[in-house]
Amino acid sequence: MKNTWTIFRRELNAYFVSPMAYVVLVFFFALASVFFYLFLASFLQNQQLIQMQAQQGGRFQPVNVNLMLIRGLLLNLSVISLFMIPMITMRSFSEDKHNGTMELLLTSPLTNWQIILGKYFAALTLYATMIGTTLLFMVLLFFYGDPEFLPILSGYIGLLLFGAALVGIGMFISSLTENQLVSALVTFVVMLFLWLVGALGSFNSTNWSQQLLQYLSTIEHLDDFVKGVFDTRHLVYYLSTAFLGLFLTYQSVESTRWRG
Amino acid sequence: MIEVQNVSKSYGPVHAVRDISFSVKRGEILGFLGPNGAGKTTTMRILSCFMPATAGTARVAGYDVFNEAMEVKKRIGYLPENPPLYLEQTVDDFLRFVAGIKGVPSQDVKSKIDRALTLTSTMDVRHRIIGKLSKGFRQRIGLAQALIHEPEILILDEPTVGLDPAQIIEVRELIKGLAGDHTIILSTHILPEVEQTCDRVVIINKGQVVAEDTTTGLTRKLQGAASTVKLEAEGEPEAVKAVLQSVEGVANVTHTAGAYMIESTADHDIRSDLAKAIVKKDFKLFGLQRVGMNLEEIFLQLVKSENGAGRNEA
Repeated sequence: MKNTWTIFRRELNAYFVSPMAYVVLVFFFALASVFFYLFLASFLQNQQLIQMQAQQGGRFQPVNVNLMLIRGLLLNLSVISLFMIPMITMRSFSEDKHNGTMELLLTSPLTNWQIILGKYFAALTLYATMIGTTLLFMVLLFFYGDPEFLPILSGYIGLLLFGAALVGIGMFISSLTENQLVSALVTFVVMLFLWLVGALGSFNSTNWSQQLLQYLSTIEHLDDFVKGVFDTRHLVYYLSTAFLGLFLTYQSVESTRWRG
Repeated sequence: MIEVQNVSKSYGPVHAVRDISFSVKRGEILGFLGPNGAGKTTTMRILSCFMPATAGTARVAGYDVFNEAMEVKKRIGYLPENPPLYLEQTVDDFLRFVAGIKGVPSQDVKSKIDRALTLTSTMDVRHRIIGKLSKGFRQRIGLAQALIHEPEILILDEPTVGLDPAQIIEVRELIKGLAGDHTIILSTHILPEVEQTCDRVVIINKGQVVAEDTTTGLTRKLQGAASTVKLEAEGEPEAVKAVLQSVEGVANVTHTAGAYMIESTADHDIRSDLAKAIVKKDFKLFGLQRVGMNLEEIFLQLVKSENGAGRNEA
């Protein structure tokens, strides 16, 4: 536990000593702000339109902020994350392999799991910080509007699980190469695939292969969370993907020992 | 302290190390000598539990490097060929991190860092960022990293590489000073280094041990019974040669650049006989000394004969 903590602290420090953490945070927040602005603008326009219709004698239906604004925004954040996660995970093992510090870690009295979990949670913490910056938008919405709290909570839990799964995959890819650029590119391609594969399938289809494709898609599982629907099927998907990533990383680190 | 028995390591069809055996006693400095690519780094990586051997067993501090790796790792300090440093950290932060992962109790961390910095004379740069330091300093920080938890055993892969001559001497002195409390195994391809720092030497070539002995013992062994004397004298070369040849026990005399190399088969020191003979004939005698083979010659001879044997097999 103490060893994992030591690794975690150093890894997190390394992110914030290098410009990487700031680049990721600023870039993400800037893009998220643009999307927030666009969603907000179209939401307000929509609301005005409905009010005008109500004045002309139609029935007035209040517009749901959660469904019309927050849901779309959170789904968008997950898409921006697809670009950011490779930047977060690319260095986690590649840098150590390149610098020779892998030799230091592997000849110190540490278990592989301590090394892997320390690095994993450091990367996940940076991801969570990145997602956390958007809580500012939610504060604004609560201040000026009246959104429901629980769907927002479940949406953020969903985003965190989404990140947990993808950071695991990214870390595994990083453990395969000592070239950070290769690590980032391959991670991005894999994540893009896991995202787009959902477009080929549908849960409602009777065709099993389409259902499978849908199940593989990382974003499809997020939708329910963002809507405020908590389904264990999605929880299992994210956690098992994260675990698969960690397990493969373990195998990869173990095999570096054998291959030298 | 270190027992290596019939260790082999192959990467696919390539044999990096073949059937190596040697041992190191407590408090000793063992030099691991060989040309580049001989298998030094591979052997050290096996001993430091970085990777397992394909065959054979190695025990460090009484623990098996494969089955009891965690116990071994607690007791070794390892400096790989490229010092493993986090370039973005300051020296202090880096050493604190290493102390952490080596399991140094938190109340001792400060004093251990101070000790390592003092030993490697890097106290002045402790607040500097490692990436901004020169190669020599990085090498010393690498050494400090290996020393931080006061391990029983130090495994140093080419510890003086990349240092300037003054620093090399400093590091050698440091290593010598550490012997006794620590058992040290160091690899190098620089021969004088072994002669100056090590108690014993293992010479390795193409993955196999070609010689293992004390530094002086090795010289003696290779010289065999025949010894060579170098004599400097003034006079007509042919006449001098004739005089020398007449001395009892002299087998062969060769004359090169003002000096005479005399090979003797006598079982006693023939130097006084030679001096007497020269002086008696009124030649001027300037110098007389026994020529021992230095490590360099031993090394070349061993490696050459190995290569020769290899060719014959093929």
